[in-house]
Amino acid sequence: MATLKELTHREDRLEGGHRLCAGCGASIAVRQVLLGAGEDPVVVGCATGCLEVSTTIYPYSSWKTPFIHNAFENSAATVSGVEAAFKGLKAAGKIPADKRIKFVAFGGDGGTYDIGLQSLSGAMERGHDMVYVCYDNGAYMNTGIQRSSATPKGAWATTAQVGVAQQGKQQRRKDLTQIMAAHGIPYVAQASISHWKDLTMKAEKAFAVEGPAFMNVFAPCPRGWRIPYDKTVEVAKAAVQTGFWPLYEVEDGVWRQTVKVHNKKPVEEFLRPQGRFKHLFKPENADLLAEIQADVDRAYAAVLARCEG
Amino acid sequence: MATQKTVSTTGNIVVADAMRQCRPDVMAAYPITPQTTIVEEFAAYVAQGRVHTEYITVESEHSAMSACIGASAAGARVMTATSSQGLALMWEELHIASGMRLPIIMANANRALSAPINIHCDHSDAMGARDAGWVMLFAETAQEAYDNTIMATRIGENPDVLLPVMSCLDGFITTHSIDRIDVLDDDTVAGFVGEYVPQNALLDIDQPVTHGAFSGLGGPFFEFKRAQRDAIERSREVIKSVAAEYSELSGRPFGAIETWGMEDAEVAIVVIGSTAGNTRHVARQLRAQGVKAGVVKVRVFRPFPYAELAATLSGVKAVAVMDRAESFGAEGGPLFLEVRSALYDAETRVPIVGYIYGLGGSDVRLDLIERVYADLSDIAAGTAQPGGLVYLGAR
Repeated sequence: MATLKELTHREDRLEGGHRLCAGCGASIAVRQVLLGAGEDPVVVGCATGCLEVSTTIYPYSSWKTPFIHNAFENSAATVSGVEAAFKGLKAAGKIPADKRIKFVAFGGDGGTYDIGLQSLSGAMERGHDMVYVCYDNGAYMNTGIQRSSATPKGAWATTAQVGVAQQGKQQRRKDLTQIMAAHGIPYVAQASISHWKDLTMKAEKAFAVEGPAFMNVFAPCPRGWRIPYDKTVEVAKAAVQTGFWPLYEVEDGVWRQTVKVHNKKPVEEFLRPQGRFKHLFKPENADLLAEIQADVDRAYAAVLARCEG
Repeated sequence: MATQKTVSTTGNIVVADAMRQCRPDVMAAYPITPQTTIVEEFAAYVAQGRVHTEYITVESEHSAMSACIGASAAGARVMTATSSQGLALMWEELHIASGMRLPIIMANANRALSAPINIHCDHSDAMGARDAGWVMLFAETAQEAYDNTIMATRIGENPDVLLPVMSCLDGFITTHSIDRIDVLDDDTVAGFVGEYVPQNALLDIDQPVTHGAFSGLGGPFFEFKRAQRDAIERSREVIKSVAAEYSELSGRPFGAIETWGMEDAEVAIVVIGSTAGNTRHVARQLRAQGVKAGVVKVRVFRPFPYAELAATLSGVKAVAVMDRAESFGAEGGPLFLEVRSALYDAETRVPIVGYIYGLGGSDVRLDLIERVYADLSDIAAGTAQPGGLVYLGAR
């Protein structure tokens, strides 16, 4: 893969000046993913969400590359249409047969795990030559921190509140990366903005494979997680180090842990800095905290077992 | 006139054939009764190598229209087909397609909307989408469905229009009945529709553009909508000129409305789709008995031909509007509301009655149409007054 020095010379396809919050994980994810496309032109699709509204406020656009937003639940289907047009126009002789263009769709966890899951599943099954990237910040942040199926158990959200009857979200998060691995597509990866080298390497692989690729990128949201805007990368790193967010890839069905975790830390180190989990540290919630730790341990072991097996 | 071949087949098959002849770059479609044989036929063309089209077999109609939008924005000529629940599932995307000014061509096999579930013809699917900003054409016959598909391509892609076009044909009645149809040869159609020249194509990598930008913070959203209104208004003239050109090729005239017996009609029925045939048949029989009966068939529903309707209906003594769709809680069906509105500026107030008929494929017998004309004759003679909405033939 390209060295850091080489990467610094690549053009940023998402320009500064957009209206995303300071410390937003989404823009870090996008810029690092797009570096992985190398010199090939890229068409970007994006689901409705923070990334889309903050980068395309008419008549301005932060995208130095062709960009399309259609709606919330269909960035995968939309980009599948763009990719199909590329093939159809080549077949019609309107685009030279040797022309190379990459296609990538972005969506947040709301637009991917929840409302866009069907569209994503369909596009991946159909084998379009495209990359789908979920930037996972674990809630509907654009509309004000409502819970999604990616919201961790125990997290506060505006639709999973904390009170005497309930301690935040009551359900476990969905494991989307494994769902996508089960599609049997050429490349699936779980990455984090805290590990730029791992992320960019995965993006390079995702863009390089012929056919569909899926990446789930951990991308903290300071507003929604109730963390200072300069702690985005630190908290993302803690998710990896605690085993909450293992970094791995599934290449043609072969599972590999790409960043080993030595001395896995207690999940508390990921949870405690975040205001959305502060109720978990009340003495009366000790059992819930222990349950969350057990869940993380079990899920982490399961991923590790597939990587080793 | 171009040479034509007479074939004996169904509406769906000639719609698929017309699509093939228009040479779409992308088709994205999901099967649904009674549209299915369109997408099956097109899949056969793909398998036989008869089209260059990239055919996306999507997992839902929502994704069908989403993929069409992506492909059209990319710069491709794009087509699809749907029906009923499928059109309803696309609803959000219908508005986005027109708002993004993408000339997607879609056949719609008119079918009732659930519940109760029903696979047969009515117009509630298309009428539910009447405010989505699409140009909407309706066919009476398989021949018209064929012709409309070809004209739709030219209308939607016209730079003065750039709007998606929905070409409707009646489920089963027109989609599945075998009919006699004259088809143009491939080269003639290819020459007529020409190449699609997209504007601001996504795949024009050297001129990167942003499609689907956010216009919610004091941006010109309102002005975009007015531009859409201007475009669909301009389509009136475009439809006329495309129809004139197509008529020279095919020998088949096309008007936003088509009339029968309206020169001296005293009683008239306004109708859409396949029922126009039976209506003309009854009107012809009544003429033989001395009743001055007329028929107005609406072939373009959007943009609505209000001026043409007002002109043709102005001298009539009583008008019936037959709606194969409901607009629950309104004074009548969607066509009734439009026609009555079109007559508001008429110098004399023409009595007008709304009939709901044929929902969910309920039979449209000749005696029902005779009853409508009989009602109109009573009103015209002054022996009856227009009452409220009539559910024609409901048990």
